[in-house]
Amino acid sequence: MINEVAKFPIPHPVGDSVPRVDAREKVLGSALFADDLQFGPGLLYARIKRSDRPHALIKKIDTSKAAALPGVKAVVTGEDYAGMMGLYLRDRHIFCRDRVRYVGDPVAGVAAASEEIAENAVDLIEVEYEDLPGIFDPEYGATPDAPLLHPDLGNYEVANFIFPQPGTNISNHFRIRKGDVESAWSECAVIVERKYRIPHVQHVPIEPHVATARVEENGKVILWGSSQSPFAQRSLIAKTLGFSPSDVQVIAPYVGGGFGCKAGVSMEALAVAIAMKLKGRPIKLRLTREEEFFTAFVRQGVVAYFKMGCDADGRLLAMENRFYWDGGAYTEYGVNITRASGYSSSGPYNVPNVKTDSYCVYTNHPVGGPMRGFGMPEMHAGLEQCIDELAHAIKMDPVDFRKINCIKAGDTLVTGMKMHPTGLSECLVKAAQAINWGRKDPPSAPHKRRGKGLALMWKAPAMPPNAGSSAKIALNEDGTVTVSVGGQELGQGSFTIAAQIAAASLGVPADWVRVATPIDTNYSPYEWQTVASRLTWSMGNAVAAAGRDARKQILDMVAKAWQENPDDLDIIDGKVISYKSEETISLKNIVIYGIPLPDDQGWIGGPVLGRGNFMPSYVTGLDPETGQGQRAVVHYTVGAQAVEIEVDTITGKIDVLRGVAAFDVGKAINPDMVKAQMEGGFVQGLSTALFESLNLKEGFPQNTSFVDYRIATSSDVPRDIQAIIVEVPQDDGPWGARGIGEHAMVPTIPAIANAIYDAIGIRVGAPPYTSEKVFLAMQDAGLVK
Amino acid sequence: MANHRITIKLNDEFEMVDVPANMTLLQMLRDKLARTGTKNGCNAGECGACTVLLNGEPVNSCMVLAVECDGAEVITVEGLAKDGVLDPIQQAIMDHGGVQCGFCTPGILISAKALLDRDSNPSEETIREALVGNLCRCTGYLRIIDAVKDAASRQQALTN
Repeated sequence: MINEVAKFPIPHPVGDSVPRVDAREKVLGSALFADDLQFGPGLLYARIKRSDRPHALIKKIDTSKAAALPGVKAVVTGEDYAGMMGLYLRDRHIFCRDRVRYVGDPVAGVAAASEEIAENAVDLIEVEYEDLPGIFDPEYGATPDAPLLHPDLGNYEVANFIFPQPGTNISNHFRIRKGDVESAWSECAVIVERKYRIPHVQHVPIEPHVATARVEENGKVILWGSSQSPFAQRSLIAKTLGFSPSDVQVIAPYVGGGFGCKAGVSMEALAVAIAMKLKGRPIKLRLTREEEFFTAFVRQGVVAYFKMGCDADGRLLAMENRFYWDGGAYTEYGVNITRASGYSSSGPYNVPNVKTDSYCVYTNHPVGGPMRGFGMPEMHAGLEQCIDELAHAIKMDPVDFRKINCIKAGDTLVTGMKMHPTGLSECLVKAAQAINWGRKDPPSAPHKRRGKGLALMWKAPAMPPNAGSSAKIALNEDGTVTVSVGGQELGQGSFTIAAQIAAASLGVPADWVRVATPIDTNYSPYEWQTVASRLTWSMGNAVAAAGRDARKQILDMVAKAWQENPDDLDIIDGKVISYKSEETISLKNIVIYGIPLPDDQGWIGGPVLGRGNFMPSYVTGLDPETGQGQRAVVHYTVGAQAVEIEVDTITGKIDVLRGVAAFDVGKAINPDMVKAQMEGGFVQGLSTALFESLNLKEGFPQNTSFVDYRIATSSDVPRDIQAIIVEVPQDDGPWGARGIGEHAMVPTIPAIANAIYDAIGIRVGAPPYTSEKVFLAMQDAGLVK
Repeated sequence: MANHRITIKLNDEFEMVDVPANMTLLQMLRDKLARTGTKNGCNAGECGACTVLLNGEPVNSCMVLAVECDGAEVITVEGLAKDGVLDPIQQAIMDHGGVQCGFCTPGILISAKALLDRDSNPSEETIREALVGNLCRCTGYLRIIDAVKDAASRQQALTN
């Protein structure tokens, strides 16, 4: 019998590019997103009165006219909600109470019978302000001259690894002091010093934020939302509004793109707060595309200073970096971007002497939040250009320079942590090979210049040290498997990964597994948040543990029935087999009903339910003065990108002809989906490199539509994007896997910038590298008239 | 606002709907008829997520008033598969891994369908042009473009 099974090679569900579990319903149009849920005629619609000035005291709010409008059911203001909210730093109210801090800050909310009535009511709310001077530049905000945006900073509740500076606008100051930077400079043969101002960008999920809330008469809350973070939202909203997390149920169907902006809480608490005034009625709040651009989260801008030097052999000796993160009006989430960029501030290089000061600064700008890469694309944009400059200055090939200096296993990182086994050198070599590094092809037209550029990256999951995951695996009557997770499907493929890992850990074909959807905090097991590219690794470990647990229950039952040792049994392709007796039995029937004992002597077993969890236990604190500690992070995913471009000297237009991405993912659970992440991330990176900037003028956003804020379209992407998978296993990853979602867009900006330099000999500086900017730079350099 | 009674043929079924004069086709589909496959991404005719076929032509349904559609034929993403059999473009976009979050997918499928209806063998440039009004933030477009090419050849194989 066993030999019969073994005759057919069984594809292992891990490492196989199985089809996505969510694709069919998505192409049929039947996949449900939060705005698709039906609430019947009782549904009310909310709109928000927002600040139309960047910084002002609220003197008076008159809601009487709005409340009197027929169809209006409730009008609320900050008076009604005293609680403060925030993920790492509780620095915001749900509705402003005494002052507004950015254009778009919620001042009042309306619920009405239609969106139109709610919008009209919002227009009738009169707010009297007293304008205050604003901060529109983080470097200025960090000086003692700047007005104070949060006088109560010292009283805010804060995570123990965030260091606010009360009496200033600095809500986190993260320091690295490794080695002795001052004395290292004298040993440097070459030093490069640069400043970059990286603009704000927006995530631009195609699905805008939407949240529907209902508060029951018995005090229970239900929130249906487009959410990367059902459990974090449950916890944050409960605490702010005075509920128990167990009384807040967050139901989150498929997310139409997140990229970070649907993590934490951005607008969801507004809907819950309004619903508290209208018990029993569902209240839907849907952001317009215009609101999406500046009232949920944006990617912070940053002013970054780099100073780095190497010796005559090209060995990096020292780096001194200062980052002024433009945290915006509230930095509850952004403070940890400051930290993440601090503990990774050397970039993926071995540098013996590093001094870093990373500041999170309050400004009167939109609220900075997590976005794909969590500070790394912004930091690498400048850092990887400086590395290129340093290589050129010491007359080394930039790839050779990176080969010498890039992080290798056992290196001491900026935090003192030792680097784990890593495939960065392999990524570098493979990316350079694939782009034919060193070969210069002629341009496609006489007025074009051709160039190649390359950049490296690293990124660790940025999260609390104890961010946890859990999973459940239930078996069904026919032997199929239902896996429950709290991690969300945002398009990155997490449900497919959960299904593959469940199948592999249990011993069933991948297509026997169903994922329990939607994510529902009442029924789904806990997951901290779907962020940080942590699901494949962390949730994957939890699913694998649940699979092993279920497997053990099944093997123990069958061993008892067969009077064998469980160690002699296995589950292969959905059947329990014995290597000893060569017995087999299908999972069908036995996983719910158990197995009858011989001679009708009773039954053993019962419904099989596996459970598993995972939480890293080894991440240590860092010294607040030096940023040094045993282990700052769980691990780093590393990689390289290379591009070939052409610069049109008549128009300044950049054409990206070809892209290569090579990342060390530890183990590709689903190689095709890994490649899809690398391609999609490359294009999002390309889009931020060439087109994107959320322009803010004295705090007022200037380009809040797709006409004025351009993202890459089908006409902008190169035909050839090559994705290369490198696999150096992670010791505690499922089958060695690490995350890849965010990393794929981290090195794209500097790779393109370095290619521009290669093509025209000009450092264009900060993105976006628009035709206009490139043309003017060529004009300044005398390259064109 | 006064309601107007209109009749449309939606995915091969006739529907009679009372709509206010200012209601868009997108609102009618989603809010009146609960056909939520068609998505609202910007409500300004810029992202393409709400693309439907109106008398065979792809339109942003957020830019068309429902009353204008009286007597018209409308095909949405829900109307692409027939008796559980996927349209070749649906199958191809799955096979090429052109679906991630899936929010732009319905609009992309409709734009691609409209293209293949008028050009059975489109060039890569033509495909890119046909999809330029459909924004996708996840996939990077290449797999979608490849899927449209593949769907074209599958359709030709079917008709030959």
